Amino acid sequence: MDFLNPVINGFAVVLEPTNLLYCLIGVVIGMLIGVLPGLGPAATIAILLPLTYNVEPVTAIIMLAGIFYGAQYGGTITSVLLRLPGEASSVVTVFDGYQMAKQGRAGTALGLASIGSFIGGTASIVGLTFLAPLVASFALDFGPPEYTALAMLGILLVATISSGSKAKALIAAALGLLLATVGRDIFTGESRFTFGSLPLADGIDFVPIAMGIFGLGEILYNLEERHRAAKAPSKVTNVWPSRRDLKQASGAIGRGSVLGFFLGILPGGGATIASVASYAMEKKRAKQPERFGKGAPEGVAGPETANNAAATSSFIPLLTLGIPANATMALMFGALLIQGVTPGPQLVEQNPELFWGVVNSMYIGNILLLIMSLPLVGIFVKILRVRAAILAPVTALITLLGAYTINNSMFDVTLVVVFGIVGYLMKKFGFEPGPLVLAFVLGELLESSMRRSLLVFGGDPLGFFGRPISATLLLVFVLVAVLPIIRGAISKRKSTAPTAVTPEIKEKV
Amino acid sequence: MSPVKETSAESPGELLDDLTPEQLAAQWEEEKPPAAGPLANAAASLVVLGVGIGAVILSIAMGLGTPDKPQPGLWPFIISCVMVVLGLFQLIAGRHNRDAEAFTRMSTAPLTGLVTLAAMVALMPLIGFELPALVLCVIWMRFLGGETWRSTLVVSAAVVIAFYAIFVLALNTSIPHLF
Repeated sequence: MDFLNPVINGFAVVLEPTNLLYCLIGVVIGMLIGVLPGLGPAATIAILLPLTYNVEPVTAIIMLAGIFYGAQYGGTITSVLLRLPGEASSVVTVFDGYQMAKQGRAGTALGLASIGSFIGGTASIVGLTFLAPLVASFALDFGPPEYTALAMLGILLVATISSGSKAKALIAAALGLLLATVGRDIFTGESRFTFGSLPLADGIDFVPIAMGIFGLGEILYNLEERHRAAKAPSKVTNVWPSRRDLKQASGAIGRGSVLGFFLGILPGGGATIASVASYAMEKKRAKQPERFGKGAPEGVAGPETANNAAATSSFIPLLTLGIPANATMALMFGALLIQGVTPGPQLVEQNPELFWGVVNSMYIGNILLLIMSLPLVGIFVKILRVRAAILAPVTALITLLGAYTINNSMFDVTLVVVFGIVGYLMKKFGFEPGPLVLAFVLGELLESSMRRSLLVFGGDPLGFFGRPISATLLLVFVLVAVLPIIRGAISKRKSTAPTAVTPEIKEKV
Repeated sequence: MSPVKETSAESPGELLDDLTPEQLAAQWEEEKPPAAGPLANAAASLVVLGVGIGAVILSIAMGLGTPDKPQPGLWPFIISCVMVVLGLFQLIAGRHNRDAEAFTRMSTAPLTGLVTLAAMVALMPLIGFELPALVLCVIWMRFLGGETWRSTLVVSAAVVIAFYAIFVLALNTSIPHLF
């Protein structure tokens, strides 16, 4: 029963009115940005980071987490009704969801997706509750060498699993690591890459980088107008799926929960990959695969369940190892650092209110989202009519004014604009911004653990292979780095066969 | 009204409704801006290479030291070497990648947006945020977004008033303001 005590105390934290309020604000914002095409959850979280300065750490993370998993619910609505995926993780939902809508079963599709999302999310929280403390206790013995290996592996995985060119993602990661070195060297106190600038001597803050590269970069990129014109339907009726639909989709929901949970834990994994994998699995398992793409309920329920389960379980590496598994988690990491909390294995022990408060808030958040996406779905459908042309300047202004409020300085605002240009150009030239921000967040940890380890090893890099865990992690690192090159060489040799056309899904941040 | 009509394709011109997922993906692919040519790819790689080489030089200037007694430059040196290698690889192997987008006439929109943002940053300390924000809203909505003059003016004014109410009156932040 000792194990359950902190869990129950966590509920007490969640039920504080402030936390409930922020949870509600988070999921409503998440749902909204999920519905509105344009900004993704990472961009939104980046833009709203200044909001978290004046609240308790647990409250801040509860809200940011709500935005993240709320967006998974909201993204479904536009996929089903307009064939426009609001989020990258809802792209595959379009295939069957829109067909269902055309057959007059839009309500059923949305209902199934919400129920699936709720079950997937909740199952994932339960898994998180039991798995996270285990992982954390295992990781308590990690020393600098293990952290070096883990951080390197984390960055590599996020870079190589991203959708675009792998070399470009790695370049973005290297740039992030380089940006992290700007400022005073932690060991010698000497200034690096400051070019005599006084504000730069303290290093570049995480928030302007995130707000610029994710937030403003995305806004500028969207200006170049890719919102396809769409007519919002007036209303959706009958969102409660029939018992027969539920029965038909229950297998997909169950499999989606498990699949999503495990894909979410993997570094570089996450909601988008989980939804695509679930769609593929359901299609493969189906007795009549030809129904897919023509309005199969499993094709909506499976991916929507999986993306929510993955969104939730991707908190595990962050909260237990202090290694963010994807770009959004890197933002959470940054938000926690701002609050003076370093995520890591000690978090469960030293900060149980924070840990369990955030975890348990997800139950409440999922219930709120279920309410919003079943009985209240009509309200969000109406919001589809807000035009991108009106939203863009509003978000841009929020970004600029928000950046000012961090330190009351125009220097931060200028930095945001500069990094906004960098972010826009990166997207334009096919460099994923995610690995940059992730590497930036992990940069200091990586450098300090590497230098500490080398001190311990007397300067011998082979020392990393003398410890079982760091050796294993580095071995995986080498495998991940080398395998694609070998595979690429082999496939080039027999590249006579035409390559299959796979729908490429760009991760929107 | 029967639920069947709720979302059926009533709008004219929805000819693309019966696409299979593969066709849909292909159609999305077509709607994307054109891919950038080898020149743009090379330019991007050269920028990476330039940043990498610059960082290598600066790192060496900071002093490298040895692995057991590292100077401040060692770690940036390692990263910038990786960057140089990746930049070279990209320059040679990535010439014909199709993942970069070409700049088109549409790209003037982000450029205009950027100019208004820069102007706002420059003017905010001098004349407060209200007027630059209003101008920014008008430009973004009317000229970049194609809204009507009426909705542009109404919404822009509402937005600026709302921001004033939130940031100045409610939160009492020290954002430079005129009024």
